[in-house]
Amino acid sequence: MITKIAFVRKKEIPPSAPPITEVGLIGWLRQNLFSSWLNSTLTVLSVYFIVIMLWDFIPWAYGGHWNTKSLRECLDLDPDVACFSVLTARWKQLLFGLYPAEEYWRPTLTFIFLLLAIVPILFPKFFRFFWFSIIYPGLAVWLLWGGSFWSISIVYIGLTLGALFFLTLIRRYLKNYMIAAILAFLFTAVFFLFISNPLVGLLNVILPISLPFVESLKMGGFTLSLIVGVTGIVASFPIGILLALGRQSNLPVIKMICVGFIEFIRGVPLITLLFVASVLLNYFLPPGTNFDIVLRVVIMVTLFSAAYMAEVIRGGLAGLPLGQHEASASLGLTYWQSQRLIIMPQALKISIPGIVNTFIGLFKDTTLVSIISLRDPVGLASTIRADQKWNGIYWELYVAIGLMFFIFCWGMSQYSQYLERKLKTDK
Amino acid sequence: MEKTKINITDEVAIHISDMNKWFGNFHVLRDINLEVRRGERIVVCGPSGSGKSTLIRCINRLEEHQKGSIIVDGTELTTDLKNIDKIRSEVGMVFQHFNLFPHLTTLENCTLAPMWVRETPEKEATEIAMEMLEKVKIPEQAHKYPGQLSGGQQQRVAIARSLCMKPRIMLFDEVTSALDPEMIKEVLDTMIQLAEEGMTMICVTHEMGFARQVADRVIFMDDGQIVEQNEPEEFFKNPKSDRTKLFLSQILGH
Repeated sequence: MITKIAFVRKKEIPPSAPPITEVGLIGWLRQNLFSSWLNSTLTVLSVYFIVIMLWDFIPWAYGGHWNTKSLRECLDLDPDVACFSVLTARWKQLLFGLYPAEEYWRPTLTFIFLLLAIVPILFPKFFRFFWFSIIYPGLAVWLLWGGSFWSISIVYIGLTLGALFFLTLIRRYLKNYMIAAILAFLFTAVFFLFISNPLVGLLNVILPISLPFVESLKMGGFTLSLIVGVTGIVASFPIGILLALGRQSNLPVIKMICVGFIEFIRGVPLITLLFVASVLLNYFLPPGTNFDIVLRVVIMVTLFSAAYMAEVIRGGLAGLPLGQHEASASLGLTYWQSQRLIIMPQALKISIPGIVNTFIGLFKDTTLVSIISLRDPVGLASTIRADQKWNGIYWELYVAIGLMFFIFCWGMSQYSQYLERKLKTDK
Repeated sequence: MEKTKINITDEVAIHISDMNKWFGNFHVLRDINLEVRRGERIVVCGPSGSGKSTLIRCINRLEEHQKGSIIVDGTELTTDLKNIDKIRSEVGMVFQHFNLFPHLTTLENCTLAPMWVRETPEKEATEIAMEMLEKVKIPEQAHKYPGQLSGGQQQRVAIARSLCMKPRIMLFDEVTSALDPEMIKEVLDTMIQLAEEGMTMICVTHEMGFARQVADRVIFMDDGQIVEQNEPEEFFKNPKSDRTKLFLSQILGH
């Protein structure tokens, strides 16, 4: 009984198609929904739950009233369906808060411009329109708050002059970036301290362009959520990157400051920070200072999510092999070049899910400002309920608010998935 | 194959004297003295943990030495960042695990450093990169990402990436150790080609065939010290030290 060990293939086996039950719709169903008894049971149960939920919800929402004058009227007509009339009556308030009605075009335009301004950032092929994304913040501030056009433009003028001054120094007179930067900074500071105010006054006389001023307490509704959310997102991202780098730094003082900041901010609830912003800050600031409440809230929200962002990005940095640092160093790239060209693009790519998670969290956390009596959509819901006509209405308002937030958050999530697919380079 | 020795000049490329390095309390390099002349090809071998990788990583300051001096191309390595960046741009290094930049294409991997460190215009950098990719025989992979290449191809791209900086010295740190056997040859062939063109090279490797074929000098290290160095012929035929004999019997004995 000797087993034959030697074997030589005589006949090639050609590749053939997989069995029909493994591909197409049937294959997909088998693999994903009915792969085992347990899986099949779960599938059936889930379908059952979805059906009973929609069974009640769809008639409730579909048959809802849109044109009654009050909740009472709705209940008299048919108590079992939704009373969306509150939205018909108050949708402007949900969108714009207490913003003056004749100026509604301003937040609307700001929002349209916002959509245009983020396109060059989200899609590189429109990068040539990036200049619009740069002027957008100033434009938005001017449109929303109003006042003189020049008092906003002067910021841009000052910064541009400072940058030009810096470039001229570097090109013509100086080799040292550090000294040039300091000189340019001084130049800009002098401009803003002494020159900008008279200049604005002059421009106002020559060419008065201005919009009626709208104070911060009038901002509300979804406009407010977007102001706080978008500013927070845009500002917390670079701060988070710097904090993450600082936390990894070899310089002990910088490292200590960053770690201290991150741990402190993360260890404190956002509500506390918002209370500090709304109440306590006034005690610390000199009397008579009018430090805008929306600005204070934006700063707190930004710092809060920057701390989270830093940790998310640190996770991405930690995920990079040491070899990437070594390879870029061995090619002679400086620290900042290697961070910008090699390390960050990869670390950020790894952290995309976490970053977008933080963005979404921040955006939804803007509803917390209702606690310090700013009128974001959630705060407005209580205001609306305080009206006798709508007293007792809950579902319809919150469904609508929830839906608005969902659209934005879902959009962010979709974009992040698109980005992940686009940046995938290993296949 | 007959080796070309005519390339070696009297000019000193690297001068290391009484260099010592510690990792914490661990004395990893002890009194290293080494002089490398321009055009010389050196193979460093030794058991794992002998400090051979650390030695060549000190030459471009990926590791900092604590005592003694290292002079590369006439510039001494100190804490001065400018000197370090200058030396690093003159000294190319190829790693065991390739360390290509996975988010950039092969071509971009090659053009990045010339464009940012040497401020070469993009067009010229691309020309140099294609020339180097042709030299390592993979110009057709220029627009692929490293993740789409085989190990051997990746390592050849890594060599090309270093060459694009037109380095005067090349360091190879166990560049074939992470490769499948059938890919080792293509990488070694590239290195042999470089050696024949007269590049100053220090290679940490266990490829003794390569050492025999191209090295002008073989250095054997153990316990952080240079134990023996000689011309390859002598080194393999008549090792003097017992440790060298033991090492050679272990890697050549099977």
